[in-house]
Amino acid sequence: MDEFLLSAAAFVLLMVALGLLRVARGPGYADRMMAAQLLGTGGIGALLLVGAAVGEAAVVDVALTLALLAAFTSIAFVKFMAHKDRPPTSEDDA
Amino acid sequence: MTGNIVSLAIVLLLLALAVWAVVARNAFLAIAGFVAYGLLLSLVWVRLHGVDVALTEAAIGGGLTGAMLIGAVSRLRGTEAAARAERSGAGVHVLALLLSLGVAATLALCVLVLPDPAPTLAPQVAQNLAVTGVGNPITGVLLAFRALDTLLEAIVLVIALIGVWSLAPERFWGGRPGLRHQADPDGILAYFARLLPPLGIVFAVYIFWAGADHPGGKFQSATILAAMWTLVLMAGLADTPRIDHRALRFGIVVGPLVFIAIGVLGLFSAGALLAYPPQWAKPMIVVVEVALLPTLTLVLGLLLAGAPARRGGGA
Amino acid sequence: MDRLLDLFSIVAIVAGGFFFMAGSVGLLRFPDAYTRLHALTKADNLGLALVVIGLLPQMDSVLAALKLVLVWLLVLLSSAAVSQLIARAARRRERTP
Repeated sequence: MDEFLLSAAAFVLLMVALGLLRVARGPGYADRMMAAQLLGTGGIGALLLVGAAVGEAAVVDVALTLALLAAFTSIAFVKFMAHKDRPPTSEDDA
Repeated sequence: MTGNIVSLAIVLLLLALAVWAVVARNAFLAIAGFVAYGLLLSLVWVRLHGVDVALTEAAIGGGLTGAMLIGAVSRLRGTEAAARAERSGAGVHVLALLLSLGVAATLALCVLVLPDPAPTLAPQVAQNLAVTGVGNPITGVLLAFRALDTLLEAIVLVIALIGVWSLAPERFWGGRPGLRHQADPDGILAYFARLLPPLGIVFAVYIFWAGADHPGGKFQSATILAAMWTLVLMAGLADTPRIDHRALRFGIVVGPLVFIAIGVLGLFSAGALLAYPPQWAKPMIVVVEVALLPTLTLVLGLLLAGAPARRGGGA
Repeated sequence: MDRLLDLFSIVAIVAGGFFFMAGSVGLLRFPDAYTRLHALTKADNLGLALVVIGLLPQMDSVLAALKLVLVWLLVLLSSAAVSQLIARAARRRERTP
């Protein structure tokens, strides 16, 4: 069971790595903005699987922290990327 | 067997991300690579059973560092074209490569020649942990056995904040950090920034309290609180405080002050600086942690906000 | 009973992995920022949900299982909000080149 969980975690990480290819290549800013979102979700999935594999119950706390902070980082990414060429105005982030 | 393959895969991915973060031409891509690297490192820590470290890595590497780097990049936008136009010669590149390889090789050598089993104080910590009253050995080390290190760390953070503030132009000293963020008060961001922080605060309090016997503690809790505060600021629901606000300054120094007071108290009641009398260890640790929480939260949040950039009116 | 639970976990986690893969493949192959965003959120909602469901039998206590579900709910909430923000930012960039 532990081996299966570890392999599943590795698979999820592989999928995140593939997604990062799009982030690196993507011809638009939206693709870059998706980076934090992708990393957050994939990271949480892999983290939960690895935590179950090594038997650490406290990993769920790490995953909760990551969920809260990945949201925060994604918003930071969006906010600063969206205003790349001009100062923010009141119509943004509607 | 699968474990080794997975470890190898993780190490390769780590190296690839590190290389990506260094060679990426676009600053934003480099930051994305760096944040990914931090998250993967958090996974590695879990694999090595260092859940406290994984918690801190996820909080700082996955959250605050990314936001701080993004803030830095956006401030450097004007100079990015000029910086990219500079090209150093091939000689500098070779020198940098040789130096980096040298440092890496030295580190690898040091790790490989460690005696087996490596020298460690972990058994002594495990033996004496019961005296401190906490169940988590990390908390015991940080706040009881090596409390001096934690005190000095807290002071270093305050000094770092003063350093960031010192970058303000003279006319803005005492004003508010950063620009006022704008967002539609009926929009998604404002809604989200109203919904998430209460959850974040509840979870932060839980992590703070759980740090006594499980992974957690004041630092991770402060990071989550600082992130929630910055989220509220980014949505324009609140403004950054003026840095000459007296309550703010008191909040920033209360942690180290209480810590020093407890230390001096220990000098008189238990014979050495920062020693705890036996029955009073746990309450004193709790007092220190509670005092450090506002300091760390304010310092981390203000480090993200930056140097004062405008003369804000009012309190 | 234990083996049955393990089998359930394996099936659910494999299904979750399939949706993570679908999300990444969509991210790579779809033609447009908006369609890619759609693919990405499939990984959040379905992929993570199935992984969480698969891990529920492996947990030691009810509290840990509830926290696991809480992780998924938090990710749902944040991915919904962030996807909206990304889509609107992308739309605005299109309108004002």
